[in-house]
Amino acid sequence: MNLRSRLGLLVTAAILLLFGAAVLIALPRGTAPSPSASSPTMKAGMFTPAHDAPDFSLPGSNGSPVTLAGYRGKVVLLTFGFTHCAAVCPTTLATLSQTRKLLGSEANAVQVIFVTVDPERDSADHLRDYLAAFDPTIVGATGSPGALAAVRAKYGVTATKQGDGADYAFAHTSSIFLIDRAGKLRAVMPFGHDPADFVHDVRLLQAG
Amino acid sequence: MSIIARKRPMRPVAIALGLIVLGAIGWAALAPIRVVSHDAVYEIPHGTYAARTSGKKVDIFPQTIRLTLGVKDVLVLRNADSVPHIFGPTLIMPGQSFRLPFEMASTYSFECTAHPNGGLNVIVDPGPAPGPERLLWRLRRMTGAS
Repeated sequence: MNLRSRLGLLVTAAILLLFGAAVLIALPRGTAPSPSASSPTMKAGMFTPAHDAPDFSLPGSNGSPVTLAGYRGKVVLLTFGFTHCAAVCPTTLATLSQTRKLLGSEANAVQVIFVTVDPERDSADHLRDYLAAFDPTIVGATGSPGALAAVRAKYGVTATKQGDGADYAFAHTSSIFLIDRAGKLRAVMPFGHDPADFVHDVRLLQAG
Repeated sequence: MSIIARKRPMRPVAIALGLIVLGAIGWAALAPIRVVSHDAVYEIPHGTYAARTSGKKVDIFPQTIRLTLGVKDVLVLRNADSVPHIFGPTLIMPGQSFRLPFEMASTYSFECTAHPNGGLNVIVDPGPAPGPERLLWRLRRMTGAS
Protein backbone atom coordinates (compact mmCIF):
# COMPACT_ATOMS: atom_id res chain seq x y z
CA MET A 1 0.00 0.00 0.00
CA ASN A 2 1.48 3.29 -1.05
CA LEU A 3 1.38 6.55 0.83
CA ARG A 4 -1.65 7.97 -0.99
CA SER A 5 -3.69 4.84 -0.40
CA ARG A 6 -2.86 5.02 3.27
CA LEU A 7 -3.84 8.66 3.31
CA GLY A 8 -7.16 7.81 1.66
CA LEU A 9 -7.91 5.17 4.25
CA LEU A 10 -7.03 7.54 7.06
CA VAL A 11 -9.36 10.20 5.65
CA THR A 12 -12.15 7.61 5.32
CA ALA A 13 -11.60 6.44 8.86
CA ALA A 14 -11.62 10.03 10.11
CA ILE A 15 -14.91 10.75 8.31
CA LEU A 16 -16.49 7.62 9.74
CA LEU A 17 -15.30 8.56 13.22
CA LEU A 18 -16.70 12.07 12.81
CA PHE A 19 -20.02 10.65 11.58
CA GLY A 20 -20.16 8.25 14.50
CA ALA A 21 -19.41 11.07 16.92
CA ALA A 22 -22.14 13.20 15.34
CA VAL A 23 -24.65 10.38 15.73
CA LEU A 24 -23.64 9.90 19.35
CA ILE A 25 -24.05 13.62 20.00
CA ALA A 26 -27.41 13.70 18.26
CA LEU A 27 -28.81 10.58 19.90
CA PRO A 28 -29.31 11.82 23.45
CA ARG A 29 -31.35 14.78 22.19
CA GLY A 30 -33.35 12.70 19.76
CA THR A 31 -34.20 9.91 22.12
CA ALA A 32 -34.67 11.80 25.32
CA PRO A 33 -37.76 10.48 27.01
CA SER A 34 -40.65 12.88 27.12
CA PRO A 35 -41.71 14.03 30.57
CA SER A 36 -44.95 12.15 30.12
CA ALA A 37 -43.13 8.96 29.17
CA SER A 38 -41.22 8.85 32.43
CA SER A 39 -44.42 8.25 34.41
CA PRO A 40 -47.40 6.14 33.40
CA THR A 41 -49.97 8.23 31.60
CA MET A 42 -53.66 7.65 31.40
CA LYS A 43 -55.68 7.06 28.28
CA ALA A 44 -58.20 9.59 29.57
CA GLY A 45 -57.68 13.34 29.79
CA MET A 46 -55.97 14.10 33.10
CA PHE A 47 -56.30 17.06 35.43
CA THR A 48 -53.33 18.74 37.07
CA PRO A 49 -53.77 19.41 39.90
CA ALA A 50 -56.71 17.13 40.62
CA HIS A 51 -59.47 18.73 42.71
CA ASP A 52 -62.12 17.05 44.84
CA ALA A 53 -64.89 15.69 42.66
CA PRO A 54 -68.04 17.72 43.38
CA ASP A 55 -70.21 15.57 45.61
CA PHE A 56 -73.97 15.23 45.45
CA SER A 57 -76.76 13.36 47.12
CA LEU A 58 -79.43 11.97 44.81
CA PRO A 59 -82.04 9.22 45.16
CA GLY A 60 -80.43 6.01 43.98
CA SER A 61 -81.66 3.00 42.08
CA ASN A 62 -80.47 0.87 45.01
CA GLY A 63 -82.97 2.52 47.34
CA SER A 64 -80.38 4.68 49.11
CA PRO A 65 -79.09 8.18 48.47
CA VAL A 66 -76.16 8.13 46.08
CA THR A 67 -73.16 10.16 47.19
CA LEU A 68 -69.53 10.04 46.14
CA ALA A 69 -68.50 10.05 49.78
CA GLY A 70 -70.31 6.74 50.14
CA TYR A 71 -67.86 5.17 47.69
CA ARG A 72 -64.63 6.50 49.18
CA GLY A 73 -61.97 3.82 48.80
CA LYS A 74 -63.32 2.80 45.41
CA VAL A 75 -62.59 4.15 41.96
CA VAL A 76 -65.82 5.74 40.69
CA LEU A 77 -66.72 5.90 37.02
CA LEU A 78 -69.37 8.59 36.75
CA THR A 79 -71.45 9.12 33.64
CA PHE A 80 -74.56 11.05 32.65
CA GLY A 81 -77.31 9.90 30.32
CA PHE A 82 -80.87 8.66 29.99
CA THR A 83 -82.43 5.24 29.60
CA HIS A 84 -84.28 6.08 26.37
CA CYS A 85 -80.98 6.97 24.71
CA ALA A 86 -80.67 5.03 21.47
CA ALA A 87 -76.92 4.70 21.04
CA VAL A 88 -74.47 6.60 23.23
CA CYS A 89 -75.69 5.60 26.71
CA PRO A 90 -76.14 1.87 25.96
CA THR A 91 -72.68 1.84 24.40
CA THR A 92 -71.15 3.57 27.41
CA LEU A 93 -72.89 1.24 29.86
CA ALA A 94 -71.88 -1.84 27.87
CA THR A 95 -68.29 -0.57 27.81
CA LEU A 96 -68.25 0.01 31.57
CA SER A 97 -69.89 -3.35 32.21
CA GLN A 98 -67.23 -5.03 30.08
CA THR A 99 -64.56 -3.08 31.93
CA ARG A 100 -65.73 -4.56 35.22
CA LYS A 101 -65.71 -8.06 33.72
CA LEU A 102 -62.16 -7.59 32.47
CA LEU A 103 -61.05 -6.36 35.87
CA GLY A 104 -62.23 -9.57 37.52
CA SER A 105 -61.93 -9.40 41.30
CA GLU A 106 -60.43 -5.91 41.03
CA ALA A 107 -63.89 -4.72 39.95
CA ASN A 108 -64.99 -4.95 43.57
CA ALA A 109 -63.08 -1.70 44.09
CA VAL A 110 -64.83 0.03 41.18
CA GLN A 111 -68.25 1.68 41.27
CA VAL A 112 -70.12 2.84 38.18
CA ILE A 113 -72.67 5.62 38.75
CA PHE A 114 -75.15 6.60 36.04
CA VAL A 115 -76.85 9.96 36.67
CA THR A 116 -79.92 10.52 34.56
CA VAL A 117 -80.54 13.73 32.66
CA ASP A 118 -84.20 12.68 32.18
CA PRO A 119 -85.88 12.51 35.59
CA GLU A 120 -89.30 12.63 33.97
CA ARG A 121 -88.93 9.10 32.64
CA ASP A 122 -86.05 7.73 34.72
CA SER A 123 -87.40 6.94 38.16
CA ALA A 124 -85.17 5.08 40.61
CA ASP A 125 -87.06 1.83 39.95
CA HIS A 126 -86.86 2.23 36.19
CA LEU A 127 -83.12 2.94 36.43
CA ARG A 128 -82.60 -0.20 38.52
CA ASP A 129 -84.36 -2.42 35.97
CA TYR A 130 -82.62 -0.79 33.02
CA LEU A 131 -79.12 -0.87 34.50
CA ALA A 132 -79.46 -4.47 35.68
CA ALA A 133 -79.47 -5.54 32.05
CA PHE A 134 -75.89 -4.24 31.78
CA ASP A 135 -74.51 -4.89 35.24
CA PRO A 136 -76.55 -5.12 38.45
CA THR A 137 -73.78 -3.37 40.39
CA ILE A 138 -74.21 -0.13 38.43
CA VAL A 139 -76.00 2.45 40.55
CA GLY A 140 -78.39 4.90 38.95
CA ALA A 141 -79.15 8.35 40.37
CA THR A 142 -82.15 10.53 39.70
CA GLY A 143 -83.78 13.52 41.36
CA SER A 144 -85.61 16.72 40.68
CA PRO A 145 -84.75 18.56 37.44
CA GLY A 146 -83.19 21.33 39.50
CA ALA A 147 -81.05 19.01 41.61
CA LEU A 148 -79.82 17.14 38.53
CA ALA A 149 -79.07 20.39 36.70
CA ALA A 150 -77.01 21.56 39.67
CA VAL A 151 -74.94 18.36 39.59
CA ARG A 152 -74.41 18.70 35.83
CA ALA A 153 -73.26 22.30 36.25
CA LYS A 154 -70.59 21.24 38.74
CA TYR A 155 -69.12 18.86 36.16
CA GLY A 156 -69.61 21.08 33.11
CA VAL A 157 -72.06 18.55 31.72
CA THR A 158 -74.65 19.78 29.25
CA ALA A 159 -78.02 18.18 28.44
CA THR A 160 -80.35 19.73 25.90
CA LYS A 161 -83.81 18.30 25.32
CA GLN A 162 -84.57 17.55 21.70
CA GLY A 163 -88.14 17.09 20.47
CA ASP A 164 -91.46 17.55 22.24
CA GLY A 165 -93.26 14.29 21.55
CA ALA A 166 -93.20 11.13 23.62
CA ASP A 167 -89.95 10.11 21.94
CA TYR A 168 -87.99 13.16 22.97
CA ALA A 169 -84.28 12.75 23.46
CA PHE A 170 -81.32 14.62 24.90
CA ALA A 171 -78.08 15.84 23.40
CA HIS A 172 -75.77 15.47 26.37
CA THR A 173 -72.16 15.22 27.41
CA SER A 174 -71.09 11.65 26.82
CA SER A 175 -67.77 11.55 28.68
CA ILE A 176 -67.02 9.42 31.71
CA PHE A 177 -65.52 11.01 34.81
CA LEU A 178 -62.82 9.03 36.64
CA ILE A 179 -62.71 9.66 40.39
CA ASP A 180 -59.98 8.11 42.49
CA ARG A 181 -60.28 6.33 45.83
CA ALA A 182 -59.75 9.60 47.69
CA GLY A 183 -62.60 11.31 45.87
CA LYS A 184 -60.43 13.39 43.52
CA LEU A 185 -61.63 13.99 40.00
CA ARG A 186 -58.54 12.75 38.21
CA ALA A 187 -59.55 12.36 34.60
CA VAL A 188 -62.25 12.39 31.96
CA MET A 189 -62.55 9.73 29.29
CA PRO A 190 -64.20 11.00 26.10
CA PHE A 191 -66.85 8.77 24.55
CA GLY A 192 -65.57 6.10 22.20
CA HIS A 193 -62.79 4.45 24.19
CA ASP A 194 -62.86 0.69 24.55
CA PRO A 195 -62.94 -1.29 27.82
CA ALA A 196 -59.19 -1.97 27.68
CA ASP A 197 -58.51 1.76 28.03
CA PHE A 198 -60.75 1.94 31.09
CA VAL A 199 -59.05 -1.11 32.60
CA HIS A 200 -55.68 0.57 32.02
CA ASP A 201 -56.75 3.78 33.74
CA VAL A 202 -58.66 2.14 36.57
CA ARG A 203 -55.56 0.13 37.44
CA LEU A 204 -53.48 3.31 37.48
CA LEU A 205 -55.98 4.94 39.82
CA GLN A 206 -56.13 1.89 42.05
CA ALA A 207 -52.34 1.91 42.27
CA GLY A 208 -52.46 5.43 43.59
CA MET B 1 8.62 11.89 -23.12
CA SER B 2 5.60 10.11 -21.81
CA ILE B 3 3.43 11.18 -18.95
CA ILE B 4 1.95 8.43 -16.84
CA ALA B 5 -1.26 9.61 -15.19
CA ARG B 6 -1.40 8.06 -11.79
CA LYS B 7 -4.84 7.21 -10.45
CA ARG B 8 -5.60 9.25 -7.33
CA PRO B 9 -6.77 7.14 -4.40
CA MET B 10 -10.11 8.92 -3.98
CA ARG B 11 -12.29 5.86 -4.42
CA PRO B 12 -12.36 4.81 -0.72
CA VAL B 13 -13.31 8.34 0.29
CA ALA B 14 -16.08 8.48 -2.30
CA ILE B 15 -17.41 5.09 -1.22
CA ALA B 16 -17.34 6.12 2.42
CA LEU B 17 -19.13 9.38 1.72
CA GLY B 18 -21.70 7.56 -0.38
CA LEU B 19 -22.33 5.06 2.37
CA ILE B 20 -22.69 7.83 4.92
CA VAL B 21 -25.18 9.70 2.76
CA LEU B 22 -27.14 6.53 2.00
CA GLY B 23 -27.11 5.55 5.65
CA ALA B 24 -28.33 8.99 6.71
CA ILE B 25 -31.14 8.93 4.14
CA GLY B 26 -32.11 5.42 5.20
CA TRP B 27 -32.13 6.38 8.84
CA ALA B 28 -34.17 9.53 8.19
CA ALA B 29 -36.69 7.57 6.16
CA LEU B 30 -37.10 4.58 8.45
CA ALA B 31 -36.07 5.37 12.00
CA PRO B 32 -38.94 5.74 14.47
CA ILE B 33 -39.75 9.31 15.39
CA ARG B 34 -38.79 10.27 18.88
CA VAL B 35 -39.58 13.67 20.25
CA VAL B 36 -38.81 15.36 23.52
CA SER B 37 -42.44 16.25 24.18
CA HIS B 38 -45.74 15.20 22.62
CA ASP B 39 -47.55 18.11 24.24
CA ALA B 40 -49.24 20.86 22.28
CA VAL B 41 -49.84 23.41 25.01
CA TYR B 42 -52.48 26.13 24.86
CA GLU B 43 -53.31 28.54 27.62
CA ILE B 44 -56.54 30.33 28.35
CA PRO B 45 -55.13 33.63 29.60
CA HIS B 46 -56.23 35.51 32.65
CA GLY B 47 -59.02 37.94 31.85
CA THR B 48 -60.48 35.96 28.96
CA TYR B 49 -63.94 35.68 30.48
CA ALA B 50 -63.97 39.31 31.63
CA ALA B 51 -62.88 40.54 28.20
CA ARG B 52 -65.50 38.45 26.47
CA THR B 53 -68.34 39.54 28.74
CA SER B 54 -67.35 43.17 28.16
CA GLY B 55 -67.86 42.58 24.46
CA LYS B 56 -64.21 42.45 23.40
CA LYS B 57 -63.20 40.00 20.71
CA VAL B 58 -60.64 37.64 22.18
CA ASP B 59 -58.73 35.26 19.97
CA ILE B 60 -56.84 33.00 22.31
CA PHE B 61 -55.88 30.09 20.16
CA PRO B 62 -56.89 28.85 16.74
CA GLN B 63 -60.38 27.64 15.98
CA THR B 64 -58.77 24.47 14.67
CA ILE B 65 -55.82 22.80 16.35
CA ARG B 66 -53.84 20.36 14.26
CA LEU B 67 -52.00 17.49 15.92
CA THR B 68 -49.95 14.61 14.53
CA LEU B 69 -49.98 11.09 15.95
CA GLY B 70 -46.65 10.08 17.42
CA VAL B 71 -45.28 13.61 17.17
CA LYS B 72 -47.63 16.14 18.79
CA ASP B 73 -50.59 14.10 19.90
CA VAL B 74 -51.35 15.38 23.38
CA LEU B 75 -53.45 18.49 23.79
CA VAL B 76 -52.71 20.39 26.98
CA LEU B 77 -55.07 23.18 27.98
CA ARG B 78 -54.10 25.44 30.85
CA ASN B 79 -56.71 27.63 32.41
CA ALA B 80 -54.98 30.78 33.67
CA ASP B 81 -58.31 32.62 33.79
CA SER B 82 -60.15 33.36 37.02
CA VAL B 83 -63.26 31.36 36.08
CA PRO B 84 -63.78 27.74 35.04
CA HIS B 85 -63.90 27.04 31.32
CA ILE B 86 -65.65 24.18 29.59
CA PHE B 87 -63.44 22.31 27.19
CA GLY B 88 -65.17 19.52 25.35
CA PRO B 89 -65.84 16.79 27.83
CA THR B 90 -65.15 18.73 30.98
CA LEU B 91 -64.80 21.80 33.10
CA ILE B 92 -61.27 23.08 33.67
CA MET B 93 -60.94 25.00 36.90
CA PRO B 94 -58.81 28.15 37.28
CA GLY B 95 -55.15 27.23 37.62
CA GLN B 96 -55.80 23.72 36.37
CA SER B 97 -54.42 21.94 33.30
CA PHE B 98 -56.16 19.28 31.29
CA ARG B 99 -53.98 16.88 29.33
CA LEU B 100 -55.83 14.93 26.66
CA PRO B 101 -53.94 12.32 24.63
CA PHE B 102 -55.11 11.20 21.19
CA GLU B 103 -54.44 7.73 19.79
CA MET B 104 -56.58 7.83 16.66
CA ALA B 105 -56.31 10.06 13.62
CA SER B 106 -59.63 11.83 13.20
CA THR B 107 -61.38 15.17 13.48
CA TYR B 108 -62.75 15.95 16.92
CA SER B 109 -65.19 18.73 17.68
CA PHE B 110 -65.36 20.05 21.20
CA GLU B 111 -67.40 22.59 23.03
CA CYS B 112 -65.05 25.28 24.35
CA THR B 113 -66.14 28.38 26.23
CA ALA B 114 -62.75 30.02 25.61
CA HIS B 115 -63.67 30.41 21.95
CA PRO B 116 -65.94 33.18 20.67
CA ASN B 117 -68.32 30.73 19.00
CA GLY B 118 -68.04 28.16 21.79
CA GLY B 119 -66.42 25.42 19.73
CA LEU B 120 -62.99 24.00 18.98
CA ASN B 121 -61.93 21.50 16.32
CA VAL B 122 -58.97 19.24 16.82
CA ILE B 123 -57.68 17.50 13.71
CA VAL B 124 -55.35 14.61 14.46
CA ASP B 125 -53.32 13.58 11.43
CA PRO B 126 -51.59 10.21 11.11
CA GLY B 127 -47.87 10.24 11.90
CA PRO B 128 -45.39 10.36 8.99
CA ALA B 129 -45.22 6.85 7.52
CA PRO B 130 -41.82 5.14 7.12
CA GLY B 131 -40.33 5.99 3.73
CA PRO B 132 -40.39 9.20 1.73
CA GLU B 133 -43.05 10.73 3.99
CA ARG B 134 -40.91 10.37 7.09
CA LEU B 135 -37.81 11.52 5.22
CA LEU B 136 -39.58 14.67 4.02
CA TRP B 137 -40.96 15.28 7.52
CA ARG B 138 -37.43 15.16 8.95
CA LEU B 139 -36.12 17.44 6.21
CA ARG B 140 -38.90 19.95 6.85
CA ARG B 141 -38.22 19.79 10.56
CA MET B 142 -34.49 20.27 10.02
CA THR B 143 -35.07 23.30 7.83
CA GLY B 144 -37.67 24.68 10.21
CA ALA B 145 -40.41 24.41 7.60
CA SER B 146 -42.75 22.68 10.03
